[in-house]
Formats: sequence, C-alpha cells, structure tokens
Amino acid sequence: MLAARTPSQTTDSRTLLSVISASSVGTLIEWYDFYIFGSLAAILSSQFFPKDNPTAALLSTLATFAAGFVVRPFGALVFGRLGDLVGRKYTFLVTLVLMGGSTFLIGLIPGYETIGFWAPLLVLILRLVQGLALGGEYGGAATYVAEHAPVGRRGYYTSFIQTTATLGLFVSLGVILITRETLGLDAFTSWGWRVPFLLSILLVAVSIVIRLRMAESPLFAKLKSEGKVSKNPLAESFGKKQNLKMVLLALFGATAGQGVIWYTGQFYALSFIQNACNIEFVQANTIVAIALLIATPFFVIFGGLSDRIGRKNIMLAGMALGVLTYRPIYQKMYELADLTQKQELGEQTQISTTRERPAGSADFVTTTTINKVFADGTTANETTRQTQSATDSSKPEVKKTVTLSTGNATLMMLLILIQVLYVTMVYGPIAAFLVELFPTRIRYTSMSLPYHIGNGVFGGLTPFIATALVATATKANEATAGTVDKPYLEGLWYPILVAGVCFIIGLLYITKSESDRRSGANE
Amino acid sequence: MNALKKYLGVVWILLGLYVGYDRITDSLTKISSDKLEDRVFGYVVLLVLVPIVVGGLILFGKYALDGEYTDEG
Repeated sequence: MLAARTPSQTTDSRTLLSVISASSVGTLIEWYDFYIFGSLAAILSSQFFPKDNPTAALLSTLATFAAGFVVRPFGALVFGRLGDLVGRKYTFLVTLVLMGGSTFLIGLIPGYETIGFWAPLLVLILRLVQGLALGGEYGGAATYVAEHAPVGRRGYYTSFIQTTATLGLFVSLGVILITRETLGLDAFTSWGWRVPFLLSILLVAVSIVIRLRMAESPLFAKLKSEGKVSKNPLAESFGKKQNLKMVLLALFGATAGQGVIWYTGQFYALSFIQNACNIEFVQANTIVAIALLIATPFFVIFGGLSDRIGRKNIMLAGMALGVLTYRPIYQKMYELADLTQKQELGEQTQISTTRERPAGSADFVTTTTINKVFADGTTANETTRQTQSATDSSKPEVKKTVTLSTGNATLMMLLILIQVLYVTMVYGPIAAFLVELFPTRIRYTSMSLPYHIGNGVFGGLTPFIATALVATATKANEATAGTVDKPYLEGLWYPILVAGVCFIIGLLYITKSESDRRSGANE
Repeated sequence: MNALKKYLGVVWILLGLYVGYDRITDSLTKISSDKLEDRVFGYVVLLVLVPIVVGGLILFGKYALDGEYTDEG
C-alpha cells in the first residue's frame, strides 16, 4: 500500500496512522460543533432569537450568514498565516480550542427571557468564533497529514480528512437524536438541547490530548531548522503574482466547482425533497442519511485513485457529471413525489375538519386535514389552517407532506446517492490537490483561502441563491402563466453554471506538471 | 492550446463584468426588500460574493491574457 518515499519523509506507517487519526478526529469534532448549531437552529431561535424582536431577528440572520460565508475566509487568513509562521501543530490546536470552547459556551448562555439582548449577541459572537476556527482548522489538518504522507500517496491519506465533514454531520444528528430520545421532547426543548453543546468540551479535550502528543509536520520542521520559514506568508501568498495566480486557479478551476457540487449533493438535495417534493421530515432526512453513509467510503476510494490517475481528472469528471445530469436527476426526483402523476385510491381518502377558538382569542381557527393513499403505496397529508375573525378571514396556511412508498423512497435515495458520489469525486482528492499546488513555506495560508472561499462562499450560498432563483421563476409564472417551464428546476442553474465555468477553467489551465506536483516537485 | 488559454482571458474578464452587473442589480433589489433575510442576503452578495467573483475573474483573465498560465508562463 505504501509507495516509495523520498528521504525527507521518514514517517513510518504507525506514526502515519496516529497522524491521520489525530487530525481526522479533531476535524470531525470541529464539523460536529459547526453543524449542531445548524441542526438545532429552530430551538436556538426560540431560546435566543425571538422573531417579534427585530434586533434579535437581525442577529439571528447575521449568525446564519456571517459564520458560514464571511468569517470562514478570514479564519483561513488568520490561522493560515499563523500556521506558516509558527507551525501546523500548534495552530490547529488553537482552532480546536476556540471551536470547542465557543461551542461549550453556547451551551451555557442563559436564554433571551433571562438576560435579554445579551443572549443573542453572545450567541452571535460565539458563532463567529466558530466560523473563524473552522476557517483555520481544515487547511491545518490537510497540510499536516499531507506533509507526513509519502509522496505519491497523499490523495489516499488526506482523503480521510475529507470524510470528516460528512461524518461530523452524522455525529451531530446522532447526538441530537439520542439526547432527544433519552430526555424526551419536553425536557430536550427546555434544557436538553444544551447537552450536545456541552458535550463538545469532552470531545475536544480528548482530541487536544491526542494532538498534543503529535510532533510537528516533518516538512515544516525541516524548513524551520533550515531557517527557511516565511516571514510574511500573507504577502508571499497574495502579494506575489507567481503564487496569486495559483490561488486564483485553485479557486476558479477547482474549489468553486467543488463547493457548489458539495452543497448541491449534501444540502440542496435535502432542501429540494423537503420543500419542492414535500417529503415528510423524517423520511427525507433518512433518505439523505443513507445516501451519505453509502457514499462516505468513496471519499477514500477517489482520493486513493487520484494518486494513480490524477486529481484533476477525477475532480473535473465529478463537475462535468453534475453539470450534465443535475436537471434530469432533479426532474426524476420531482416526478417521484408528484401526486398529479399518481393514481389516488379515492375510497381510502379521509377528511376531517375541526373548528376551535384558542384560549384568550376572539378568532376561530378551522383546521382541515385530508389524508390520501395512492396506488403505488405513497401517502399524502394536506392540512389547511385558516383563522377567521368576526369581520374577515386570513389567507389559509396549507401544509403538504408526502410519504413515499419503500420502492420510491429507495429510488429517491439512489438519485441522491448519485449526487453524493459526485461530491466524493470532487471532494476526495481536493486536499491533496491544494497541498501540492503550493510550496511548504506558504502552504497553510495559500490553500486555506481558496478552499474556504470555494466551499464557504460559492458552496455555502448555493441553497440561498438556488431558492431565490426558484422564487423568481415562480413569481414570473404567477404573473404570466407558463413563462418559465419547470420553475422548480431553476435553482440548479447556479451550481450548473459555476461548476461548468470551473470545469472549463480546470480543464484548460490546470495542466502544468500535475504529475510533477504529485511526485513532490513543489516541496 | 497556449493561444486559446491567452485569448480566453478576454472571456473571463467579460464574464466577471457581466456577473458583477447582474449580481449588483439583483442584490440592490434585495437590499430594498421588506424582508430582513432578503436584505442581509443582498448585502452578503454585494459585499462578499461580488468582489470575489468580479475582482477574481478579472485578475484571472488578465493573468491568462498575459500568458501567465501558458506552459512557459
């Protein structure tokens, strides 16, 4: 399994295993910390960000956007610079402490009802620290592993880091579900939601102990002993044309496309089946979770394959497949849940209506529930809720949920699995690709920024831009029917165009001696 | 191939300018929206995405035109 090593790389396989474990566990915990905030967004909103308070609502929205898109690239700059100045090991220890500490503290903040405006403000500040830490962590972990790995096998070894983002999402969902099941829904909503946050301190403590035992990366240690460490990594990375052009190439030829493919496969797909297809919450999450679980080993498979056939070939193939197949895939997903295409079993339809007056209100609320069964086993529920006062009636709120039959759910899972496989193609080899693109003395800084701009900004905005495109198309159709054909597919134009441009740039411009870089020419 | 890489630099510069025009007009509409989320989203696009895409693509296109990405570059 291990290829021949250069003299500078004397890491034995046991040490390498420890390096991968220490780096991957820490990075996984950072993703866990980052995701539990998103997974518990509804509860956090009720605890810290009451919607009737405009200031709290503004802080909530800033927490959503700022941590993911604005602060992460800054974290990449701050910690990338630190990593190239003082070393990889201590820098990604700092990011781990910051991430774990801020997550733990979020779990301790009293709610809005207790300390008022301070509660959302403190949560926002800690969320920004989380974003900053995440921006610094990934580049450090990828660089640290790559600089220990034998030249020619970096794709394989760094791919374990690449699995952590997906696994971190799993662990966060698992901890939340276990806590909720153990404590019960009421206790969980009241105080139990704090447990996943507080638990982070234990996970981080274990990871810190493991990481403290690790030595500095051999390539960085060698640079340091020779006095060749960069004195100003930011100026060297972005102030010199020779390196800046590679940063731009990494962004527009690889990470931007990788970011949109990643967010489309892992997040927009879930949003699409919940909002456009109305798939029931638990079934939608289960479908995506199974697809992610099946696909996770492919990060390692494609990472390892990239050592043999090239990083560029695999990443660009993933982008091209996304560009060519997203629309037919999403069309099929939509059709699987399209009730107008299904035969309804009318005799099994159940309709119930209730009319009640909520305590302390003069208005009546009428709730109509219709349960339908279809010939293929799909069931659908439509609940219409309308408030009626003495003088007028509000616009009815309609909520539709579709529960697919096992066969259709399996097909839906396969369609999402295909997209997640594209994710593994673009994401599996990218750590090694970025590491090899830049020289050791400014590697942490140079690779972190394009990664976090590509992933955080281009990728992170995917669900928002896609949703805005769908809303625009729907609005156009409401004004003039038939203006946009299949408006529910309009959101896909964003990842298709970004990945398409990235594919062309990558294909044409990432040509110069990739095989040289894989063989360690950039050390 | 080297000539293609150079001349496509013009395309990347024009693409940067077009994306800039398109996103600025769209985000200005969003900024004037009644919905808070739309306004914040508009500012994020205007202040974060637009400078990166426009500045980045124009600079990338300029480097391409200058022959920085050719095999001799």
